[in-house]
Amino acid sequence: MIYLDNSATTQPHPEVVSSYIKVNEQYYANPSSIHTFGEKASSLVNRAKEQCEELTGMTDSRVIFTSGGTESNNLAIKGTAYARADRGKHLITTEIEHPSVLEVFKSLERDGFDVTYLPVNRDGVISLENLKTQLRPDTILVSIMYVNNEIGSIQPINEAGELIHSCSQALFHSDAVQAFGKMKTDFRSLDLMTLSAHKFHGMKGSGLLAVKKGIQLAPEMLGGGQQEGDRSGTVNTPGAVALAKAMRLTVEGQLTAGENLKKYHIMLRDFFTHQPEVTLISSENAAPHILSVSVPGLTGEVVVHALAQKDVYITTSSACSSKLNKKSHVLTACGVSDRSIRGAVRISMSSLQSAEDIQKFMTHWQEVIPPLLKGVK
Amino acid sequence: MQIDRILIRYGEISTKGRNRNKFIKRLQQNIADSCSDLTPFHIESGRDRMHLELNNPDEADQVMDRLKIIFGIQSFSPVIKSDRDLDEVKRNAVDLVSSVVSEGTLFKVKARRSDKTYPLDTNELNYEIGSHVLRQVPGLKVEMKRPEVELTVEVRSEAVYLSAQTIQGAGGMPIGSGNKAVLMLSGGLDSPVAGYQMMKRGVELEAVHFFSPPFTSEKSKEKVKMLASELAGFSGSVKLHIVPFTDIQQTIHQQVPENYTMTSTRRMMLRIADELKKKTNSKAIVTGESLGQVASQTLESMEAINAVTNTPVLRPLISSDKTEIIDIAKEIGTYETSILPFEDCCTIFTPAAPKTRPKTEKVAFYESFIDFDDMIQKAVDQTEVITLKPGYNAESETDSALF
Repeated sequence: MIYLDNSATTQPHPEVVSSYIKVNEQYYANPSSIHTFGEKASSLVNRAKEQCEELTGMTDSRVIFTSGGTESNNLAIKGTAYARADRGKHLITTEIEHPSVLEVFKSLERDGFDVTYLPVNRDGVISLENLKTQLRPDTILVSIMYVNNEIGSIQPINEAGELIHSCSQALFHSDAVQAFGKMKTDFRSLDLMTLSAHKFHGMKGSGLLAVKKGIQLAPEMLGGGQQEGDRSGTVNTPGAVALAKAMRLTVEGQLTAGENLKKYHIMLRDFFTHQPEVTLISSENAAPHILSVSVPGLTGEVVVHALAQKDVYITTSSACSSKLNKKSHVLTACGVSDRSIRGAVRISMSSLQSAEDIQKFMTHWQEVIPPLLKGVK
Repeated sequence: MQIDRILIRYGEISTKGRNRNKFIKRLQQNIADSCSDLTPFHIESGRDRMHLELNNPDEADQVMDRLKIIFGIQSFSPVIKSDRDLDEVKRNAVDLVSSVVSEGTLFKVKARRSDKTYPLDTNELNYEIGSHVLRQVPGLKVEMKRPEVELTVEVRSEAVYLSAQTIQGAGGMPIGSGNKAVLMLSGGLDSPVAGYQMMKRGVELEAVHFFSPPFTSEKSKEKVKMLASELAGFSGSVKLHIVPFTDIQQTIHQQVPENYTMTSTRRMMLRIADELKKKTNSKAIVTGESLGQVASQTLESMEAINAVTNTPVLRPLISSDKTEIIDIAKEIGTYETSILPFEDCCTIFTPAAPKTRPKTEKVAFYESFIDFDDMIQKAVDQTEVITLKPGYNAESETDSALF
């Protein structure tokens, strides 16, 4: 099998799975229980928390464990918007965010907030000048994703952070789900940051929101007041431990992974440039692990199914929206033609990808895809 | 630049009389112990200084880091070894001085010759090396009386040794040179600081902790282990005696009027510490008491509590303010552990209004209805002894694999 749908999810690392199982088997106590067994679980959660806090590279931040990227994004955006509504009701985000960000902003609009959606250029990147002109005295939150999940475009997070902090009182959130571990990242200018474990060989159902110390959030989940009231609900001890481990393994392997991914990215770009049936969508400056291309003569679904017969797995634009049969809002925002959008597919690699996988993928593509175009006009 | 040797000055030891050799030997042993995981080095000890001859110069920084906390060392200097050729000495002198000076540093050369056959005498050496360094290193000023950097040049038959930097040591006396004492370690802020101060005067510690399950939790025990381990950072290891104290505490509670329970509890603790003192062949008991801090630390309370023993009870913090104690606790790294919020043997069973002026006769009368001797003997017999090394962590190795 050649699995190239890693932006949808990754294969959990065996060591992460083994930690997850071990904690489930041996330390299943509720970390809020005061007996020694509970204290044991609580000490594991604390250690996981410390490790995650250190590995985010955000100075002076606290980590809130969540069920994943969607929950973290909801908590970050609604949590700051409602906690800071007395200072202003203007919010800024981009047109190409993940639905777990966009839909939250839409619901806030219905709730009386004023939202500015920043457009992107053909490469899928926002304009800093535009961001600057949109910042207002009543802007309380800016949310910009680090790496786009469909085309891999990288936003100028550091520059945006400097701008936001020098020109406004707004907090800065980034959905870094697709960025962490695949390339060199710098989260220091962020106030809030979202990660999801299963995007870097962790377990599904576990993620985190890193929050700069001193920032108050209006909690999404109300209940027993766990995690200092930021997120009620019994803390998922195995999830937290496995997340900490996945983060450590990822950070340790980041340098090698980054180098390898860059190499593969160049190989693939080179390959597709010479395939007459293919139009490249992702720009050269995109993140190394995501490559979006289009076969304008076919639909994305046909390409995906054809390759699946060879046990090769890629996807149409993004996994989240691909079943809804909707036109990708990201590709639309980038000004991609409708014909190209219909034929768009995404190849996404993991930090553990091998060069052999890439070679085989190219061979299979050549075997399967060009013949389909015979007779298609 | 390669550090070949480290010169160590003793300070206080060198003022001792006939016992000096014992002190020096002890210091030598403590240094060797604290570096036991590094490449072995040769130690040459003299009257007032000692030379470590490093076999692995790459470890010089590690060795020096450890020397900083060893009691009995006044100061130490990294030393480089130079060929005896004068030009070579000059070149090394320039390298060494320029690595430690800044603009306008007051500077002096001090040469010594243990090898009198060397062609230049001390004055000529001072002149030759001093003038060369002054020419080569910009911004130096000569100062004979109070230099900031003193370049010492020691000429020996095999080589010339140069040093220009003096690093402050921890002072005090080598641990072990002042015999042994029992430290009552509660888990609070004061007792680790009291222990540290005794160690500084050369005393080896046997720590005692009173454990009252289920009224105090495993976590409070872990906390005390961590504190003992932090103290072990200064001495290499600390023995911790964990005394089961629940029975005695409950008996006191049933037997003694409430406002006297605290006094009586302290008396029992002291009696047990006294037994452990005998058992471990220690010479005194150390507490973290500070006058007037709490009800048990008034002079009247101390009189009533101390009445159970003739053993010297040393209270190094008796006249310290809490803020001073906190400062030292932060400096020696026990503060963060001490403030962890677990119940300890001093905070549970605290009466609402303990006597601040208890009478010795009264408390002795209240206790006279019970045979505490047996209970004390039982507690001593069941005491658990753990030896703690620096870096104790409650998490086990298998847990680390989870992360």
